[in-house]
Amino acid sequence: MASAVVLLAQGGQEVVEGSAAHASFDPLLPGLIVLLPLIGFLVNGALALSHAKKSADAVRVGEEYDPHTGSGGGRDLTHTLPSWIGPGVMLGAFILVLANFARMFGADLHDPVVLEYWTWMATGTLEVSVSLQLDPLSMIMMLVITGVGFLIHVFSVGYMKDDVGYPRYFAYLNLFVFFMLVLVMGANLPLLFVGWEGVGLCSYLLIGFWFGDREKSDAGKKAFIVNRIGDFGFLIAMFLLFTVFGTLDFVAINAGAEASLVYGGAMVTAITLFMLLGASGKSAQIPLYVWLPDAMAGPTPVSALIHAATMVTAGVYLVARTSVLFALSPVGSVTVAGIGAATALFAATIALVQTDIKKVLAYSTVSQLGYMFLGVGVGAYAAGVFHLMTHAFFKALLFLGSGAVIHSMHHAYHATHSHEDAQDMRNMGGLRRYMPWTALFMWIATLAIAGIWPFAGFFSKDEIIWYAGASAVGPFAPLYTVFWVVALAAAMLTAFYMTRMMVMTFHGANRTGEEERGHLHEAPLTMTVPLSILAFLSIFGGWINVPEKIRTSFLGGGGALPMSEWLHDWLDPVVHAAVVVREEALVAAGALAGQEHHYGFLEHAPVGGGELTWALISTLLAAAVVAGTFILGARWAIRPAKESAPLAGVKKLLYDKWYVDEFYDAVVVKPILGTSRFLWRWIDRGIDFVVGGVGGVTKGVGWVGSLVQTGSVNVYAFVLTAGVLVILWFTRF
Amino acid sequence: MDIDLLSTAYSILAVVAVGSALGVVFGRSPVASLLFMVSSLASIAGIFVILEAHFLAAIQVMVYAGAIMVLFLFVIMLLNLGHDYQQDLKGWAWSMVALFVSGGIGGVLVQRFLDLRGTGLSLGLGLPNGNALDRSIEELGALGVIAEPLYTTYVVPFEITGILLLVAIVGALVLAKRNVEGGGTVDGGAAGGEGGR
Amino acid sequence: MNAVLALSAVLFAIGTLGVLVRRNAIIMFLCIELQLNAVNLALVAFSRAHGIDGQIFVFFVMTVAAAEAAVGLAIIIAIFRHYETVDVGSFNLLKW
Repeated sequence: MASAVVLLAQGGQEVVEGSAAHASFDPLLPGLIVLLPLIGFLVNGALALSHAKKSADAVRVGEEYDPHTGSGGGRDLTHTLPSWIGPGVMLGAFILVLANFARMFGADLHDPVVLEYWTWMATGTLEVSVSLQLDPLSMIMMLVITGVGFLIHVFSVGYMKDDVGYPRYFAYLNLFVFFMLVLVMGANLPLLFVGWEGVGLCSYLLIGFWFGDREKSDAGKKAFIVNRIGDFGFLIAMFLLFTVFGTLDFVAINAGAEASLVYGGAMVTAITLFMLLGASGKSAQIPLYVWLPDAMAGPTPVSALIHAATMVTAGVYLVARTSVLFALSPVGSVTVAGIGAATALFAATIALVQTDIKKVLAYSTVSQLGYMFLGVGVGAYAAGVFHLMTHAFFKALLFLGSGAVIHSMHHAYHATHSHEDAQDMRNMGGLRRYMPWTALFMWIATLAIAGIWPFAGFFSKDEIIWYAGASAVGPFAPLYTVFWVVALAAAMLTAFYMTRMMVMTFHGANRTGEEERGHLHEAPLTMTVPLSILAFLSIFGGWINVPEKIRTSFLGGGGALPMSEWLHDWLDPVVHAAVVVREEALVAAGALAGQEHHYGFLEHAPVGGGELTWALISTLLAAAVVAGTFILGARWAIRPAKESAPLAGVKKLLYDKWYVDEFYDAVVVKPILGTSRFLWRWIDRGIDFVVGGVGGVTKGVGWVGSLVQTGSVNVYAFVLTAGVLVILWFTRF
Repeated sequence: MDIDLLSTAYSILAVVAVGSALGVVFGRSPVASLLFMVSSLASIAGIFVILEAHFLAAIQVMVYAGAIMVLFLFVIMLLNLGHDYQQDLKGWAWSMVALFVSGGIGGVLVQRFLDLRGTGLSLGLGLPNGNALDRSIEELGALGVIAEPLYTTYVVPFEITGILLLVAIVGALVLAKRNVEGGGTVDGGAAGGEGGR
Repeated sequence: MNAVLALSAVLFAIGTLGVLVRRNAIIMFLCIELQLNAVNLALVAFSRAHGIDGQIFVFFVMTVAAAEAAVGLAIIIAIFRHYETVDVGSFNLLKW
């Protein structure tokens, strides 16, 4: 570890120089960006260990150890230092990323800058180095991870400060950011995989953060195990890639893909499908999405950081990173898009009836990730990444806002020693009177996710829906048309369930309870300030990527914006090859003949109408759904959780999540358990007998041999000398 | 120096060495054995000089005969074994077998060395043939000839030797320490630091 | 046949004999040192034909011998404290 620290700090050796004709991009201490969260982890981890030792010592002598009062009056160092170190390293990393962003912005970057630090392993033909890749895609991801991550760290200070595991929490959180940065900055698949597994580990640790609760630690295990299934696919994809390319560097793979792989061939299809399995595990897509709703067992800021803004988008990042491969495989792409569309709709239906505020947001996240998959699946890689970014803003805001609500509810119930569920929306209602700022910010995020103009979600989600429709060309055109309709429908569901959540939480009469009501309060500044920044981003974040068609219309400010599709241009060096591959294939197939198109995307939706028309239609529909739900919601008769009648019919089916967990349990888990039990009972015992028998015989022989051991030094010396003599005698010639 | 003189000196030293060695084995008291040992070591040091290994001869006397043997002497004194004049040889049957085995080893070794004839070691004492070693001694001096490879080719083993000595010192302290009530700790670090160099 | 090598072989044999026939742990130890010296002697003799490396080895052997003496004597002291004797025939710990 220490040597890695030293090596990272030295700065790597640049192996791919930016094009000499343009101003070249000179990265500023990129190693330190990765290093800072790692340092934070080490320091906070040390504090956590010392804190744990103090607690254990206190318990041993029979005292109650209170970290808040500490030994020397005031708070203990283990509870004050992480508040500064945790967000501090994130701020440092964010500033560095910003500096690098500014430099990359100034340079006209065409080729990624790869900085090689040291050789990780060189075995035969496989040579893997520890190298960081800086290109527009990883830069966007780094901005999101460190920027949103920093805000969530600050929020955590307010949210978690009363928890006994506070330093441990920040240690894990910093470690997570470290691995996430390795994931997005790694210049080859093995390094990406290190980050991939590392964030999985941190996710497991943080979901099961309150491991004293069996249910919560089980949720952590579930996330870990389901992700292993996906990792299996990822690994197979990696092996296949190695057999084809003989290297696992992104630069080499993307450059050589067209030459080494046949368009639509079996190999590239297998690679992309296995990669999709990995991506769907990490990004919670059908069929491996089941872990994400359970992952809400972790602290709410964790849900915001890991299970909404960063880690779960790794699958989208992976597809965008290897976009050429997916462009080469129309089957792989359409599967990605199909899984994305199906997940978007399926998760949205479940979210319709959930009563746990975090469960609604969890299914909403799964649904939005489905949109991102749809985006990268139809070939609009930049649109997928765009939605990834805006989603990070408004979903982090929603999660943190719900965290503020839960925090307040928890305090209220804690003060009255009530055991009601602080996360159940049926126990909330009318909270806007007690937490007006939180309510305002969450409304902003809700309008953003619902796709209402002019909020960020409108631009990103509408773009994905548009591209889904515009990609309805070529052999899979009918399927893409279906995806387009599904995406539109899911957008309406999104508008409904989000408004329902807001109505149940913040409007109507308060259902918390007479006594508890007095303890409800607005969140402290450490929590509301990050919320306000995220709210700002949720409003304006979408304006960086306004489509040209919309920019000149009234929806885009009538052409007042200086740039259009900035993110598309920014990401163009990364995804250009893939877009061209897709377009050329369509041209070769004659699918585009006589059609107006833009890089292989049609200029009209499957049922006619241009981009602006459908943007207007979708936002008006969404606005209508929001308004309708809000008006109707005022008349809903909602009872507190303990007085509510059980659901029936379709509602119960949706509430119980289509019984997918039960289905998996019956089809996958139970048979495996049964087989394992059988193997243990019968096969294992037989093996045990044989193994035990061999052991017994060996032991008997050993006992006989042990008789030679007299324990006398003289005898040993004699045997040794005689042995030497014998050996010398027999080798004398 | 005259070759005959050297040969004569060597013969005397060899006889003393073998005689003292036998004295070590059959000495009546531990102290007697120890003194015979010192004599044997000293004569071997003399042979080293004849073989022009001057530096080794010096440390043979200083380290072996001086330090290590004194260490043995201290232990004998400490354990008060000096007055133990009983012969502690094993029984005659055992001794015969032991004689056979050790004699066999010696014989086989001699036979092995005989095989080396014609490889440059065959000439009596191997003196003086102006070989490469002699030339480098003239060039670098008796100390330089051993110091130069010791600090270049063999510098890693040399450093490891230092660690070995440190470990040995700490180990010896731990082993020989009396268990004092109250569990005082062994401060091996300071003593080992000196021992290591 | 080199006279020095012959002397070395003889000394080694005597050392071996001593290890085998004596019961006193300290004398056994001395005889082991004698064996080491015999080896040293052979190494020095070889170094005349093969270069300085033999002498370097002697140097290392001496260092190891010193370490061995320190630890070995410490063990003997510890044993003596426990058994009040250094007669190796009176204890048989070296098993299991």
